[in-house]
Formats: sequence, structure tokens, C-alpha cells
Amino acid sequence: MEKYRIDPSKGLEFGLYTLGDHILNPETGNRISAQQRLKEIIELAKLADQAGIDFFSVGESHQDFFTTQAHTVVLSAIAQATKNIKIASSSTIISTLDPVRVFEDFATIDLISNGRAEIIAGRASRVGLFDLLGYNIHDYEDLFEEKFELLQKINEEEVVNWNGQFRAPLKNAKILPRPLNGSLPIWRAVGGTPTSAIKAGFAGVPMFLAHLGGPVSVFKRSIDAYRSAAENNGHDPSQLPVATAGFFYAADTTLQAQQETYNFINEGMKLTNGRGFPKQHFAQGSDPRNVMNIGEPELIIEKILYQHEQYGHQRYIGQMDFGGVPFDKLKRNIDLIGTKILPAIKKHTAKK
Amino acid sequence: MKIVGLSGSKVGSKTRTAMDYTINYINENYPEADVTLIDLKDYDVQFSDGRNFLEYEGDTGYVARTIMEADAVVIGTPIFQASIPATLKNIFDLLPEQAFLDKVVSILVTAGSSKHFLIPEQQLKPILSYMKAQIVQTYVFIEEKDFYRKEITNEDILFRLQRLVEDTVSLTETYQKIREAKEAQYGF
Repeated sequence: MEKYRIDPSKGLEFGLYTLGDHILNPETGNRISAQQRLKEIIELAKLADQAGIDFFSVGESHQDFFTTQAHTVVLSAIAQATKNIKIASSSTIISTLDPVRVFEDFATIDLISNGRAEIIAGRASRVGLFDLLGYNIHDYEDLFEEKFELLQKINEEEVVNWNGQFRAPLKNAKILPRPLNGSLPIWRAVGGTPTSAIKAGFAGVPMFLAHLGGPVSVFKRSIDAYRSAAENNGHDPSQLPVATAGFFYAADTTLQAQQETYNFINEGMKLTNGRGFPKQHFAQGSDPRNVMNIGEPELIIEKILYQHEQYGHQRYIGQMDFGGVPFDKLKRNIDLIGTKILPAIKKHTAKK
Repeated sequence: MKIVGLSGSKVGSKTRTAMDYTINYINENYPEADVTLIDLKDYDVQFSDGRNFLEYEGDTGYVARTIMEADAVVIGTPIFQASIPATLKNIFDLLPEQAFLDKVVSILVTAGSSKHFLIPEQQLKPILSYMKAQIVQTYVFIEEKDFYRKEITNEDILFRLQRLVEDTVSLTETYQKIREAKEAQYGF
């Protein structure tokens, strides 16, 4: 775990993430400018850092209603604005980027931030960026696997010799700068299904598992499959961190939390995915067995601890800004996390 | 209420003829309904390649988005080789998994043989159920002999199409009310 900068004795890490969506507030009909949204994301990271939150990450989506396409630039600003919080991508679409440039960017962010940068590499849930950046969607799988492997190789070896299908060969190439402590934690982003988790386990890389809604027990299957695939392929699962990512929102009561999030998530999903979030499913989200961490702080604490007990994971990160949630509400959430949720999670999960 | 009539084949005229009757009944009896007819013969729809439906362009994007925005879909389909035509299956493949959640879907079928009667029951309904449609259970099965030169000559078919339209509209209204009442209880 040390290689991935995780100290299990400190308990479950708690983080926040944003996809960098830029959506009008469905309740006022107004949309803040892209500039304001970017500044608010940086400010949010700063507040998260001050509240003692462990981790903050920013996603990359090249389509309408998003504003952090240049996510490494945003992360660099966050690196400068913060002191202790770990910073990462959620995720970097490695398939359509050059792993050399990605590594250069993140190693630089790692130096600026004094060793706090990590990469979460994913495959994209939408395909517009393939056209935009000049790739063929039919190479979806192969692009990801080849480029992810190259990224890992660059991370492990300072001088790289490499040949592949989608990039010019590297001959004794020195990839610089190097990260502060030799290498970066690089995670593989995984959607809901065990198939993709098995691939991550087989490769022996840390897994970031997205879970927006549904029972904990279903996502546990993916985590179990990940660990057993790792073990079967000669990796030690106890050395491989697992993180989960999903909806988060705290308010004084669970009903208030639902009232303050439902429209945002529903309308945001409609714009970015074409389908809303069914109210019935959202209502079931408050069940302690459901992964959705939306509710009063006591419920969220109960849920996160239950998830930790079931998954044995090292990090949970929550998405609370999706769909144009106003900034004052996000600040209120940071307060509740810092004063109630984070202390309780650490108290129950840290080794005494 | 947005209703889409989907004529699911590029071949022949019978399904389109039956769809035209159906659309006319809707327009005559429910003038407030917003009705769109999509005859796949008129569109150049590509095969599904797995992307989100919002990311298709041109005719493919138009057809997928129009269906997704509907409250009710009346599907008209012929039966080819003892199954639904590939053009229609492709539409389902273009859409997300739960595309018909909170939508009512009804079916009219044209077929060259009465041997095909159970094909919608056994092949089309399972797809619609999987995609979470509220299905109007009774479909209208129309045979070759019910047509004469692009007209439906069997009056029984005309009455059944009228009932299909009535059932589609009243189920859509009812389902909407049920859903609203249920959602009001959540308080958010």
C-alpha cells in the first residue's frame, strides 16, 4: 500500500470528486460562467483541504455541459492552492491522450504539490472525444489497454523502450520530470460490471470503482472479483488499494438532502446522458444497504462504515456538485464533512 | 402527451398503411396529443455501435432522440422470417437499456401468415419488458387478407386499431397519474 501512498492505519480515506460539469441550476434556470465554475472548483478543493479531507479529483469530459476538458491545468491550479490534500483525475481518458504527455503533466503536478498527485485512468463513457481528438471508436478497448500499459511503464522506468500500434515508438526515451518520490499512484477506473474489475485485478493495478446507485452487495461482487483475479494472477490483493466513487450529499435531514439534490442529479443526467434518474430509484437510495451516500450525516456515516465493512476498501470519494448545485450548498457540505462525517469515519476505521 | 408512431420496416406498405390509420385515429380523437410518425423507410439509420444515443448524428440521432422524448410509442412491425425485422431491432439496440422506463408502448403487427400470431408475444414483448416499457397487452394482428390496395378492408381490424389507440392514450394518462401520485409521497 505504501507504493500507492496509502497508510491503512489511518483508516478509510475520504475524498471528493467533480466531473467538471457545467450545467444550469434547474431551480433558477441560470448557469454560471465557465470561468466562475472553474474558480469554484479550485475554491472547493481549497476548502476541502482546509477541512482535512484526504483527496480531491477532477474529471475530463469533452462534450457540451462540461468545463474541465483541460483537467491537468485545473489540477495544477489546485496543487498551488492547497497544502495537504491528495489530488488526482477522475478520470483521465488515457485512450485518447498521449501517455508521455499525461505522465509529464502529472509528474509536474506532483512536484508542484509536494508529492500529492495521482492518476486515475479511464476509458470514457461517451465517445465524442474519439472524433474530436482523432481516434477511431472501433479501437476503444485496444487504445485503452495499450496506452494504459505504456503509462505504467513510464511510471516504473525512467528510460523507456517501447513499440506499439497507436503511438510512435520510444527509443531510450527519458520521460521527465520524475515524480517527487519516484513514481505516481496510477489507478484503473472501473464501471459497474465485474468484467472490467477482473481486468484491473488481472493486471494488478489499484482499482477505482464507480457506483452511482444500487445495493452494496452488487458492487461487492466486483471488488471480490477484482481481488480474486489479482490473486490468481500472482498479485497480492492485500497490497492493492480499492477505492469507490459515487453520489454524496449531506444536509440536516435526509429529506432535505434529497430535496436539495434530486432535481440537480435528474436534470444533469438528462442533459449529459439523455435519461433522468428515476425518482423511485432515488428514493431507495436512502436505504442503508444502498451505495448512494445522500442524507443526514448520521445516515451517511452509517452507510460509509457499512460499505467499508463490506468492501474493505481504502478510499471513498463522493460527488456532490453534479448538475449545477450552488456553491453555498457545497460549502455547507464541506462543513458537515469536516465537523461530523470525517471525524466519525476516522474514529471507526483508523487503527487504534 | 407526446406519441411516436414507429413504422419498423423498409419493406412493403402494409405496416405503414396500418400506422396511417392509427395516427389518424389519434389525431381525430386526441387533437391535443403531439404525434410524430417515424417510418424507417424515410430515414437513413446506421447500425448501433454502442455509443450513447445522444452522440448519434443525422437521421440516427433524430430517430433515437424522438423516441426517447416520447410518453408513448406505437410500434408497427411486419414479421419477416418468423421474427421482427432487423431495422426495428436496430432501433432498440440504439437506445439505452431502460429506454422505455415510464413510457407506454403498444404494438400493431402485419403478417403474411396467421402462423406468426405469437411472434410479437414471444419475441417483441420480452424486448420491451427488458427495456422497462409499460406494454399495452393486447396487440392488433393484421393479415395480408385484411388489406386491399393500401386500404384496410376488414372492419374488425379498424375497430381493433381504434381500441389500441384508446388503450394507449388512457394507459399513458393513467400511468402518468399513478407515477405522479407515487412521486408526490417522496417529498423531494
